[in-house]
Amino acid sequence: MSRAQSEQGRAPRQAARLAIMALAGVLLPPSLAAQDQAALAPRDEAQARGKAIYQKWCAECHGETGAGDGAAATRMLPRPRDFTRATFQIRTTASGELPTDDDLRRVVDEGMPGTAMPGWKARLSPADRDAVIAYLKTFSAFFQGASPQPIALSRPPRQTAAGLAEGRAVFEKLECFKCHGTLGRGDGPSAPTLKDDWDQPIRAADLTENWMFNGGGSVPQIYTRLRTGLDGTPMPSFSDAVEAKVITDEQLWRVAQYVRSLSPASPPRPSDVIRARLTARLPAGPDDSAWAAVEAAYIPLVGQIIQKPRWFAPAINAVWVQALHDGRRLALRVAWHDRSQSPDPAWDEWLARMQRAFPDGDEPVPERQGPDRLAIQFPARLSDDLELPYFLGGNARRPVYLWRWSSQGDRLEEGRGTGLGRFTPAQGEAAGAARYERGEWALQVTRPLEPQDTAAAPAFPAGRAIPIAFYAADGSNGEDERRGALSAWYALYLDVPTPPRVYVAPVLAAVITAGLGLAAVRQAQRRNA
Amino acid sequence: MRYLWLVPFGMVLGVLGATGASRQQGGSIAGTVKFTGAPPANPKLDMSEEAACKGKYSTDPVVVVSNGALQNVLIYVKGGLPAGQKYSPPATPAVVDQEGCLYHPRTVAVMVGQPLEIRNSDPVLHNIKVVPKKNRGFNISQPTKGMKTTRTFTVEEITIPVQCNVHGWMHANLAVFAHPFFAVSGADGTFSIKGLPPGKYEIEAWHEKLGTQTLTVTVPAGGSATANFTFSAKAGG
Repeated sequence: MSRAQSEQGRAPRQAARLAIMALAGVLLPPSLAAQDQAALAPRDEAQARGKAIYQKWCAECHGETGAGDGAAATRMLPRPRDFTRATFQIRTTASGELPTDDDLRRVVDEGMPGTAMPGWKARLSPADRDAVIAYLKTFSAFFQGASPQPIALSRPPRQTAAGLAEGRAVFEKLECFKCHGTLGRGDGPSAPTLKDDWDQPIRAADLTENWMFNGGGSVPQIYTRLRTGLDGTPMPSFSDAVEAKVITDEQLWRVAQYVRSLSPASPPRPSDVIRARLTARLPAGPDDSAWAAVEAAYIPLVGQIIQKPRWFAPAINAVWVQALHDGRRLALRVAWHDRSQSPDPAWDEWLARMQRAFPDGDEPVPERQGPDRLAIQFPARLSDDLELPYFLGGNARRPVYLWRWSSQGDRLEEGRGTGLGRFTPAQGEAAGAARYERGEWALQVTRPLEPQDTAAAPAFPAGRAIPIAFYAADGSNGEDERRGALSAWYALYLDVPTPPRVYVAPVLAAVITAGLGLAAVRQAQRRNA
Repeated sequence: MRYLWLVPFGMVLGVLGATGASRQQGGSIAGTVKFTGAPPANPKLDMSEEAACKGKYSTDPVVVVSNGALQNVLIYVKGGLPAGQKYSPPATPAVVDQEGCLYHPRTVAVMVGQPLEIRNSDPVLHNIKVVPKKNRGFNISQPTKGMKTTRTFTVEEITIPVQCNVHGWMHANLAVFAHPFFAVSGADGTFSIKGLPPGKYEIEAWHEKLGTQTLTVTVPAGGSATANFTFSAKAGG
């Protein structure tokens, strides 16, 4: 049967059914008019199942009534989705439209990178995931009788160098930099004022970290977000701009390709070891071109949520670390993305919104912006003992040796730490200098491998793993010495300089062997003669 | 010609319909919105981040008073309309323009189904984010000067915030009505609502900062009624 025939057949039957239902509604009391129980039973069962799954796995964050106000919600930024408004970021439908079931399924299956939402593919069966999707749609009347349709998406043009250049030009024409920054680090002039539909602060995406994009980091995914917008957030849809012929659809693909090109080909993998190669000349500062040739270790950071005051909304999610040494001194370069050079009055509004977002934290969010901070810690004493100081700033029994840098006056302090925020400065030989440029800090710290006072600072021996850990804070985000982002222990490894005998010994051995050989030959010749 | 006898009936119906229509056009409510006392200071605007708008406006025109007249007050029939009456929307769009990184007008109203035309008269990117609760919202971009976008709304909702996230200070108020009996006070504080059938009506005046006031007026058949409102700095609390 063709589709048209089937439609034709269905329509009268449906009309008849509706008429009977309407009649029943008039003639019978509601309980009896509860229609055909048999047909609805499986649906009820699925909904009961969806509800049970929701209450078990989802309600803690999204709330019993789906309003995004579960017990854990106030510790999250972005907040869990409020289903009652039926406003969803990740859709294939036009701005303002409801998501399709497939759109919802994708988020439930894969989770939302860059947020607290995990993927549920491994934990829940397909039927359970369908049931929970059906249930969460009951939280909003908008879904009743709705059948959202995806927008028609075109196919991507082949990526070329000229295409990327065009993408960049269109990125500028569309003023994407207003929020995302000229280099895409989420530090545009409008970034500090951004809020979502629930008046919560929201960060402009750092376009150099596509593995953190809420809706996925591939070119088609980025293009789809450009077409549909991210509803509930400041990110608008650009479909109208295409329809109004302000830009072409192909140009929008070019923007997506350009945005994708701002991130590495594959997500960086955390490196266990930061390797310091030997060099003849140490770089003079964080912008020295010598650093360009040095591999960078990616060290992810997480919010400090162990000790009070815990911090659930860290602004900095990683540092990139490079190291070099010349046999006498070590140079470490740490670079990290930070949307603001704190304190910056433009970010006062952001900080005020952060205070409102976390009213019941362990301690109130500071009223004034502090400086940006970076701390690098080592064990105070390097021993062969396997036990490391507590990674959270050490303690009195096992202190850490700290480099504490602050953007206030670009100052580097050296000293001893016995816990988060507990620091005793000491006169040392570490020297630091930092620069801020378009959403990125880069700090270089240099210190002799053998300090003059070995009681105050450990020596950095070559050829063995030196434990190292990082702490970063963004003052404009209300962060300080204890509220910020940190890493676990990693290892710094200084390449061993090749000793002179490595070059001399083989030559010497060759000379001796040759000499002995010659002597032996001479002796034999003499005997024969 | 079997049904020729129907013609006189048709004519009677037609006349009745016409008088009905003329009666519909007849009744009106007009008035002035005044402001007494010193108007509250409007927030300062710093548009230095946007070269194209910088210096055009130095304050956010939340409360606009001139010669004691209050502008941007939304006045509408809140009660008294015949229940279940359906009104068809006008095809003429209501227009909101973005100029100098502010919305003009600041308060705009449309009927359900009536087009709302959003224009960009600035040579910069604006995004237009409409955040309703009963209607579906949207967030669209207008990257160039001269761009126009049209949208409609499906249910009555008073009021809906309109925002631009590129320029966080930009704010407009949108109202969607199920009937055509609404107006926004002009620079001289006046407004008029036309086409009302005779009857007793509850009229509400809404201002984004100063709150709401209500009045009851009686519109005589084919005549007009007056509804004057006076706001003061205290009214909004």
